[in-house]
Amino acid sequence: MYKIFNKIILCDKIISYDIYAPDIAQIAQAGQFIIIRLKQYSERIPLTIAGINKKHGLIKIIFQIIGKSTMELASLSKGAYIKDILGPLGNPTNIIKHGTIVAIAGGIGVAEIIPVLKEFKKIGNTIISIVGVRNKSLIICETELRKVSHSILFTTNDGTYGHKGFVTDVLKETLAQNKIDMVYTVGPLLMMKAVSEITKKQNIPTLVSMNTIMLDGTGMCGSCRLTVDQSIKFVCTDGPEFNAHSINWDEVISRLKIFNNLEKIANDRFKFHKECKCHKQH
Amino acid sequence: MSQTTLIHERTVQERIHDFKEVSYGYDHNDMIQEAKRCLQCTNPLCRRGCPVEVNIPEFIKYIAENNPYKAVAVIKKKNNFPAVCGRVCAQENQCEKFCILSKKNKSICIGNLERYVADITMNNSLNLINKNGQYAKIAIIGSGPAGLSCASDLLQVGHKVIIYESLHDAGGVLRYGVPEFRLPKKILDMEINNLKQFGLTIILNNLIGRTKTINNLFHEQYKAIFIGTGSGLPIFPGIEGENLKHIYCANEFLVRVNLMNAYDFPDKADTPVYVGKNVVIVGGGNTAMDSARTAIRLGAKNVKIIYRRTEHEMPSRRKEKVHAKEEGVEFITLTTPIRFISDDNGAVNGVECVKVESIYNKGEKSIKYIINSKHIIKTDMVVLALGLRPNCILPSLTKNLHIDQSGYIKIDHNYMTSINGVFAGGDIVGGSTVIEAMGMGKKAAQAIINFIKNTK
Repeated sequence: MYKIFNKIILCDKIISYDIYAPDIAQIAQAGQFIIIRLKQYSERIPLTIAGINKKHGLIKIIFQIIGKSTMELASLSKGAYIKDILGPLGNPTNIIKHGTIVAIAGGIGVAEIIPVLKEFKKIGNTIISIVGVRNKSLIICETELRKVSHSILFTTNDGTYGHKGFVTDVLKETLAQNKIDMVYTVGPLLMMKAVSEITKKQNIPTLVSMNTIMLDGTGMCGSCRLTVDQSIKFVCTDGPEFNAHSINWDEVISRLKIFNNLEKIANDRFKFHKECKCHKQH
Repeated sequence: MSQTTLIHERTVQERIHDFKEVSYGYDHNDMIQEAKRCLQCTNPLCRRGCPVEVNIPEFIKYIAENNPYKAVAVIKKKNNFPAVCGRVCAQENQCEKFCILSKKNKSICIGNLERYVADITMNNSLNLINKNGQYAKIAIIGSGPAGLSCASDLLQVGHKVIIYESLHDAGGVLRYGVPEFRLPKKILDMEINNLKQFGLTIILNNLIGRTKTINNLFHEQYKAIFIGTGSGLPIFPGIEGENLKHIYCANEFLVRVNLMNAYDFPDKADTPVYVGKNVVIVGGGNTAMDSARTAIRLGAKNVKIIYRRTEHEMPSRRKEKVHAKEEGVEFITLTTPIRFISDDNGAVNGVECVKVESIYNKGEKSIKYIINSKHIIKTDMVVLALGLRPNCILPSLTKNLHIDQSGYIKIDHNYMTSINGVFAGGDIVGGSTVIEAMGMGKKAAQAIINFIKNTK
């Protein structure tokens, strides 16, 4: 059992937990993930480790409420327990000196990218961060991200904060104005695909952290497979980071939707049972 | 000569709607009747067919004398989990194949007898702890058949055994792979709980290599380590369209259903499983049969198994083939897929196949495509059951742990790996069946016991 030491609601539908898991915190490295299982009969959910506090034995996870399992996870309070946590999983980020790195994050990727940037910055890389969200209210972890970046650019779809538009617009400008040695991106698949298309044309090495459907996470079931350079790779054992330019993006995007219909059934049912029915006609 | 005693089974109509065990097993009279058929050969061949050399005639003799406890004690000298092996061993290729009566197709049903005596004595385990001052802390990595079997023997001589399991529940392939209708989880739980009563500790959610390393374990004062991490990533056919939506590896399909209880989705379990109407399974082993029969139970209308050789050559247990056919699974043999066809949404809607023939070239058997035999089988779900590679995680993260070209951990004749004090057995060294893994676990346990004696 793993205790939730701290809970913060970062913005609408995005939650942060610090979880007491000293064994994992002791050895976790930037870029790795964990699999959590809330209680018996719950799903196994893969989540990137968004922070490591070795001294207090804590690991941070940040997740967005998108389905039944995350709704249920979000309903926990500080002091509650999570039944199972497995990790750290996946290969840690290879922290080397690239020079100038553009870090592009969207959604909860903003939180997930922080531990990686922290390490990249520590060894002397220059970090230009580009954050893309729908509107100002969805910006999370700004202070923390500023700490690990040399400069930071925001884009919102509606222009309520920073540049109005998409990360790709800002990325193009940034590439035009600076000599960029590497691009690192975490976020929604469509965003990562768009980033990859731009940097591929300019031949800038680009790493992505993939978040596919995953089941056991221990190199057994094959559900997290994707095509990299025409051969099958597995996010749990070969990843989670891959060369963005080698990924078959359309296949990854298509495969992410495999269980959409079934997940909807679970979500609707969960919401139905959760909502107050006192005033409903029977 | 009397006929074999038939085992009672649930009717097809009953069983295809749930996951309860198909076979009821013997009752008391069946047990005695079947045991009495044994000729008690002076030179028993059955024993040679058993990978762990259970003294079969002796345990059958005790059964015939109505002494199941003594019978189980005989089995347990060589096999720690008879309730499991009685259910999942391919007896027809092992002990029962060598039974002298097999020449008349009347082999003693050794597996059924084993299962019956194991079940009725389950709550009265006869394992006795013999603490003879050998106490040492030993780590076992993986709680599958190899690990459990190794643990059991080490516990019996008084060692302190801790199993590290990466999943959230113990049992390995017996938990996530073999379906409930073949091996009820209750039986597995009882076997594991028996070991826990003798002092076994199981630490779940611990992927050795990642959560801890082999080196960490030695620092924690473990005197020896046994690796039984089993098989890992699935083998793919390497043909066009194999990553289309609704093409699953058997492991994924079975893990969803067995480990994650997806058959109870969404009422009780949160993990979904997709089930097509026309399901195609590729492969001919037990995993293929398990996948096919699981699909039937989840409501698939038509289930076809495509296999590139003949039905006779399918590596599955005979019983599973019979059960699958009874339950309506269609076998399409001497056929192999060459391409998966996509619908507009990137989901599979057909498998293009060719007919093949077996050819012998310089004594080596291979298959040859038959010209103009291409045809398309309509489907909305494919399960690939083409076998597995050894799990790569621990070897890839452990310095000096040598593997062969196929990824199997190399061991010497004492089951020791390239690292002193680290042993391995089961699928990770190239085993392929539950009983083989259990046999290796047992032999490794003996090697570990000797190793500890000699290093004192």
